[in-house]
Parts: sequence; structure tokens; C-alpha cells
Amino acid sequence: MMPKECDGPGVRMGILEPRQMTGDCFFSSGQGICSGFQFVEMSSRKLKSNNLKHSECLSQVQRILRERFCHQSLHSNLFGVQVQYKHLIELLKRTAIYGESNSVLIIGPRGSGKTMLINHALKELMEVEEVSENVLQVHLNGLLQINDNIALKEITRQLNLENVVGDKVFGSFAENLSFLLEALKKGDRTSSCPVIFILDEFDLFAHHKNQTLLYNLFDISQSAQTPVAVVGLTCRLCLSEDRSVREVLQKHFNVSKNLRSLHMLLMLALNRVTSSHPFMTAADLMEANQLCSMDSKANIVHGLSVLEICLIIAMKHLNDIYEEEPFNFQMVYNEFQKFVQRKAHSVYNFEKPVVMKAFEHLQQLELIRPMERTSVNAQREYQLMKLLLDNTQIMNALQKYPNCPTDVRQWATSSLSWL
Amino acid sequence: MAHLENLVLCRESQVSTLQSLFGERHHFSFPSIFIYGHTASGKTYVTQTLLKTLELPHVFVNCVECFTLRLLLEQILNKLNHLSSSEDACPTHITCETFNDFVRLFKQVTKAESLKDQTVYIVLDKAEYLRDMEANLLPGFLRLQELTDRNVTVILLSEIVWEKFRPNTGCFEPFVLYFPDYSIGNLQKILSHDHPPEYSADFYAAYINILLGVFYTVCRDLKELRHLAVLNFPKYCEPVVKGEASERDTRKLWRNVEPHLKKAMQTVYLREISSSQWEKIQKDDTDPGQLKGLSAYTHVELPYYSKFILIAAYLASYNPARTDKRFFLKHHGKIKKTNFLKKHEKTSNHLLGPKPFPLDRLLAILYSIVDSRVAATANIFSQITSLVTLQLLTLVGHDDQLDGPKYKCTVSLDFIRAIASWPGRGGLWLYWICPDRCRPSVESDENPLIGLGGCEQKTIYQGPWSIWTQRVNYKQQGLSTICSALNDVILTLKLPETHYLGLHFAL
Repeated sequence: MMPKECDGPGVRMGILEPRQMTGDCFFSSGQGICSGFQFVEMSSRKLKSNNLKHSECLSQVQRILRERFCHQSLHSNLFGVQVQYKHLIELLKRTAIYGESNSVLIIGPRGSGKTMLINHALKELMEVEEVSENVLQVHLNGLLQINDNIALKEITRQLNLENVVGDKVFGSFAENLSFLLEALKKGDRTSSCPVIFILDEFDLFAHHKNQTLLYNLFDISQSAQTPVAVVGLTCRLCLSEDRSVREVLQKHFNVSKNLRSLHMLLMLALNRVTSSHPFMTAADLMEANQLCSMDSKANIVHGLSVLEICLIIAMKHLNDIYEEEPFNFQMVYNEFQKFVQRKAHSVYNFEKPVVMKAFEHLQQLELIRPMERTSVNAQREYQLMKLLLDNTQIMNALQKYPNCPTDVRQWATSSLSWL
Repeated sequence: MAHLENLVLCRESQVSTLQSLFGERHHFSFPSIFIYGHTASGKTYVTQTLLKTLELPHVFVNCVECFTLRLLLEQILNKLNHLSSSEDACPTHITCETFNDFVRLFKQVTKAESLKDQTVYIVLDKAEYLRDMEANLLPGFLRLQELTDRNVTVILLSEIVWEKFRPNTGCFEPFVLYFPDYSIGNLQKILSHDHPPEYSADFYAAYINILLGVFYTVCRDLKELRHLAVLNFPKYCEPVVKGEASERDTRKLWRNVEPHLKKAMQTVYLREISSSQWEKIQKDDTDPGQLKGLSAYTHVELPYYSKFILIAAYLASYNPARTDKRFFLKHHGKIKKTNFLKKHEKTSNHLLGPKPFPLDRLLAILYSIVDSRVAATANIFSQITSLVTLQLLTLVGHDDQLDGPKYKCTVSLDFIRAIASWPGRGGLWLYWICPDRCRPSVESDENPLIGLGGCEQKTIYQGPWSIWTQRVNYKQQGLSTICSALNDVILTLKLPETHYLGLHFAL
């Protein structure tokens, strides 16, 4: 059951589109943080020129900025989501003040500000006096409550009803939940405490058995017994990213329209700031960008031994000749032998067990992968494998490989002239 | 931090990156950090040393050790409890079954005075095993700072790149840090660092040079290289200890140690023999050529017919069935020129692996390669079953197949060569008695049996008169030829007073 299909008076949908994260707010957010840092620096410098105070205030600045980047504490500005915010707060107020049941699903890619949005809305809501006395919040997370029983216990705990429930045994989930909500009712049955349920990683709840929790929550929100607001937060699959080389923030924006990755970049640049190097410079940002955009598989290939590189080149040739059909160790060893016997001067003709050990190391690093699970009876040398690197990756990695013997390099480039 | 530089070599930039990431004690840091790099590139060592030296509150857990959810979570909580409690109090053991409970208990434990206002670090080593545990564990740890609302940073250490960790629906991306592999200069520096005090640093450095020259193209793992360096150093020092060479005589030292290192590559490096065995061999000064490793074929002693069955199985597995007629029948006639495609190299059976064959085919080939008549008795069949138990053959398909069992040969050509040429004790042994001084040597022309292909000689009894036995390769000759030749030899004896005792056919 997906909540979209649930029609009715109470269901509203709020969707955060990635497009909303426009270039302007990206840049202004980034520059704001950078210049804010400089501003704080400048103003404090004007006041004190004592060295000790200088490092102390640097420490303060670091603390504040780190909290902002890493701990995601609430900012006062919301960029680009004002419309959604208005919508959401309106909905929550209706539940909290007028007793109307509602449900909202907030969809957006990772790092697009969903949690920040709801936290902001809740903060503003709690500032209203009659709300803060009445309304209860239950925060659930799909990563923590992995089945409905745990979820129910968590709800009981968060509503502080553990004593009330005591040792009672309930026939079904629905009974339990309705008992909990009944218990929240004050003296006269007309007024009962509104409850706001916030479900983070909503898609994981939808995978529970029979989706009991979701059914019951939405059921209650329809039946108008207790005013309940159900807010779900979920992400869509993120599109894959492609890195290109340009000016740092612009480049970063093209790469990922994700505020979190911007925070990471700025955090890296912030790390360079010490008492001896008190201002963030463009060089810091460039270096931070370098760190962010490394190709990890190329790094791993960089650290392989010459024998392992030869095996990868042999696999590359097998892939070229036989068009990506899976190979086994025996075939790779055969290719390697051909190379060693005909052209190699710098590579010694190693024995089969030594080559096998190198092959197994490649398997351990997950650069090659068996096509099917290892069975006990099959010999290791004949098990079919697949290479998980493509030709461009191999050639790029070879370019950077330190002290690569020339005959190995030549072998990599000229394959078909062999046969 | 000079102290730190001495502890951690060749990793200055990584140490400074980590230090700046950590910031001051009360600062927030990245919620999760992912450190990757080759094995033995210093990830665990640097992280541990840094956290210990800076005395930051941390918990170090190995995911190979804690392979279930419960073990992992309980260990983290209990270690934290130990950290936060005072020395006298013995904290109670915390139990934790789900991640939900973990988050709740974590919040409680970190309320303690000694952990408040400081970043707590949780280090998970061999983090690739987290992928095989519950699906919510990895994303949960990456977001632990947000879920618990505390100042905590989770550090993941792994050999595998981050792209292979990322779940399908995405997760909170950690900060990814790469620990580059050591260059050859770095390796030399680190290995030279643990030279024994009796010898000079230059002497040891020359040794490391030689070691790297042999092993660097094969292995760049620092742990393995260190192990090999320690094991083989006594051999290198041998000429100096014995007084045959001085410390500066590099050529002589090199010539002494290089074959030894090459032998080490085939044995100790492959774990064919254990390190203690290797050390023993060095002490006893036996010739390393005699070494028999674990997968050497000499430890498998097969009965007579079993060897033939195994050879027949190998032939059946690697030769296609249509060539049997040609190889094994005496009169095979002409082979018609069919549309025999020139065998593309890839489909050569030696590359693809053994093919299954039915029992009948095995027996047919067996009969044709054994000279004498082989009866299809239970003896033969039980030997086939023993070979299956020894995993030299495997049974393909189900046990109770109606049209007979099918087998596959799972040994390599080297193994077959080894058992085929293994002399064993089998063959024809001729026993002689004569005065000791008259005993002919195997090489001398006077030995009457040279003409019969005699090779091995064994002494049964040595005294004024000796009894010795000589083996004759009767397979090459045929029994009748040997008997007639023997008669000739006895009649036309070249040796005086030699008595021929008899012949003994031994298996």
C-alpha cells in the first residue's frame, strides 16, 4: 500500500523537487558561510590583539561552524522550500489546534532538506502556547524500528505510557494502538491529545510484514477518533553523478545539487584553518575538492604489485578477444605465460602457486568476482570469474602506476599484435 | 607531535588530515569517516595510535570478531561503559538485541560525566563485513550522530572501496579518506627501522634491498615482507657469523642468500610449510631443495592400481571421447576427415577444466593402459570409491543415477606427472650376496645388470659378506627377457664368488 492511493479528506502530499535547490541558493549558502566566517574573524580581531584570545576565538568559530556543517543544527534561513514549509506548518496547525487528522509524505533525494524542514516546522509549532501543552510527538525511524513490534514498544515509550500498559496482553496491533490513544484522552471524551507521528525513512516501514503499522496509523487518521498527523519522510533513488573539471563551487554544483556535499567540501577546507593559517583561502577549497573527487578504484590499482598488474592486463586482453566472456584462472595464467615467454625481460616466470596467490588477492580486493558461488567440488583454477574494471579505468591507472616496467606497459597497449 | 612522528612512519599527511578532522575535544566532527586502502597500509595502526596518543575517548571493534548484530552492539556499549565509569566501580554488563535499543542505551551511557562534551569515536575495523549483517546496520551507523543527537563520530576502516558499500536507496555519505600504498622508498625506510641492534643499519638496509629485489614484484604487503625479513635474516648473517665474509662483502652475501629467498617464495610465502619448519631448516642447514610442502604430491601414497585408475581418469577427463579409439586401440583404422574445426585455443580442455565421464569409459581406458589383465573385481571399484573420498576424483550428478555414475578428475597435470614417475618401491628387486669388496656399484660397467636397466641399489646387510638388492625396471623389458638375460649373466659371471639369491617382485 502506498499512501498515494489513499484518497480522502486527510491526505496531503508535499514533494521537494531537487530543482528547487537552484544555483543561487547554493552559492549564497556557501558564500554566506565563507564570508560569515571571515566577518566573525575580522570583528573579533578588531577587538583583541592578544594571541591567546585569538586562538580562543578561532576555536569558537571552528566550534560554531563545525556544529553547523556536521551536526545539522537549525539555521534561521530556509532556502528554496518556503512554499512547502507554509503548506506543512498549515497542516500541522490544523491537527494541533483544530483536531483535524492529516497525513503528509515528504519526498526528496538525500540531503535535500526534508529533516530540516520538519524540525523547523515542529519548532515553530511548539512556540504556540496551547500547542506545546497539548500536542505529543512520536519520532520513529525506519532504520531503528525494523519491525512493527519494536515500533509499538517505541511508541509506548515515547508517549510515556509504559506504566499504563504494564503487563497487558493485546490480541492485535490495532487493539494495542487504540488502547494507547485512548489512554491519552483527558477527562471528557470530547478533547483528546493530538499526536504527531514523524516517520523517517518511510520506505523501510512500507517493507514491514503486512505493513501493519502503516495501515493502523492511516486507519486512525481516517477514523477521526484521535486527531493524528502522520508525516512520512522518504527519498527517491539518487541519480548517478559524473564529475567534471571546472571552477570549484560551480563544479561542485554540477556534480551534486546536494547541500550536504557542499557542507563536506567546506568542512574539509575548514580543517586547514589553524592559528598559523587563520583564513580560508581559495587554495584550501581547491585542495578540498581534490580530496572529494578521487577515483577510488584507480587508487586501489595504484597499490597493486607488478604481478597483479600483469594479471589484470592478461584479463583485459581476454576480455578484448573473447568479448567479455567470463574467464578462469587457468586462462589468465596461460596468457601471462605467453607474455613472459615471448616478451618479458623484467618479469620473472613465477610458479603457478605464486600466481594463484596474487589472483586470490585480487579477488579479496573485489576487483574480480566469481560468477556463481564457490562449490566445494569445483577446483579453484577453473572457476569462472568476471573483471570489475573497464578498459579506460585500467589504462588510466597504468598511466599513474609508479615504476611500471616498460615491457608490461607495452603489453597493455598492444594486444592483438600478439596472436 | 614529535612523539607521534616516531611511532608512525611515512604517514605524516594522513595523520595531520585526521588530526585536523578531529579538531578539539569538544568540537563536532564528521558523523562518519570512511578510511580505505590496501591491507597493511597503516589504517588500523594509525587510527589506534592517534586516538591513544591524543587520549580521545574511543571504542575499537573488529567486525570479523563481532560478526553478529548482538555481539557488535554489546561490545560497543560495554566498552563505553568501561570508559565512562571510574576505576573502582565494576560496571554491569549491558545486553542489547536491536539497533533501536542500542540507540537508547547509547544515549544513556554517554550522559556520564567523563564522556559529556567530548567527541566519542567508534572505530569499526574490517567494515566490509557490515554489509553482510542486517541491512539497517550500515546506514544506521553512518547517521549515528543524528539518531542519537550526541557528539559521536563513527570511523569505518576497510580494504574495499566505498562504491561497493553504498546501499541501493542511498545513505548518509561519509567522508572518504584514502591511505595510499607505500612506495618502495617508504617500504625500505619502514623495514630498515626494525634492525637488530647487533648489526649496523647499513648492513640491514643492504639486506632489505636484496629482499625487496626478490619480492617486490610479487608482493607489496608490509606485513608479509616484515615476516619474511625476520625469518630470513639469520641466513643472510650466516657468512658473517661463520667468518667467511665481512659485513661489506655484499656480492658474497647476496649469492648466499638469493637462492634461499627464491625457495622461500615457493614455500613459506605460500604457507606451504610453517615458519617454524623454515627456521628449523635454516638451523639444521639442510638443502632447501629437499623441502616438501603441504600440497606436494609426495605425501599421497597410492596403491598400484589406484595410480593407474587416476591416470585413466585424467585421460578420460581431458581427452574428448572421439579420440579414445585412436589412442587406445591397437588397430584403430583410419580416422575420417570430419569437419574438425581447428581447435580454438580457448576451448582447449586444459583451459576449461575437466569434463565428466561415465564409469565404463574409465574402465575401458584402464584396461588398455595396464599391461597385465585387470579383472573388474570389487577391489577395483573400492579403489575408485577411495579416490572419490580422497577428493582426487569427484562424483558428478546424483548418487543413484540410473545409467551409471559419472566422475570427474580433479587433479592437475603436475600431480599426474609426479605419481607416474614416482619410483616407489614397486618393481622387480634382485637379491645378491657377495663379499663386500666385490660388490659392484651401480655406475660401474662391471655391474651385470646395467644392461637390464638396473638403477637402484639397496644394502640389506653389510659385513664381510653383504646382501644387497638391485632394482630392475622390468616394465621396459618384459619379464621373460629379464629371466633369460639373468640366466646369461649367471652363466657368464664376471664377478668371482657372487651368489645370486633370488628375485623378488615387490609392489
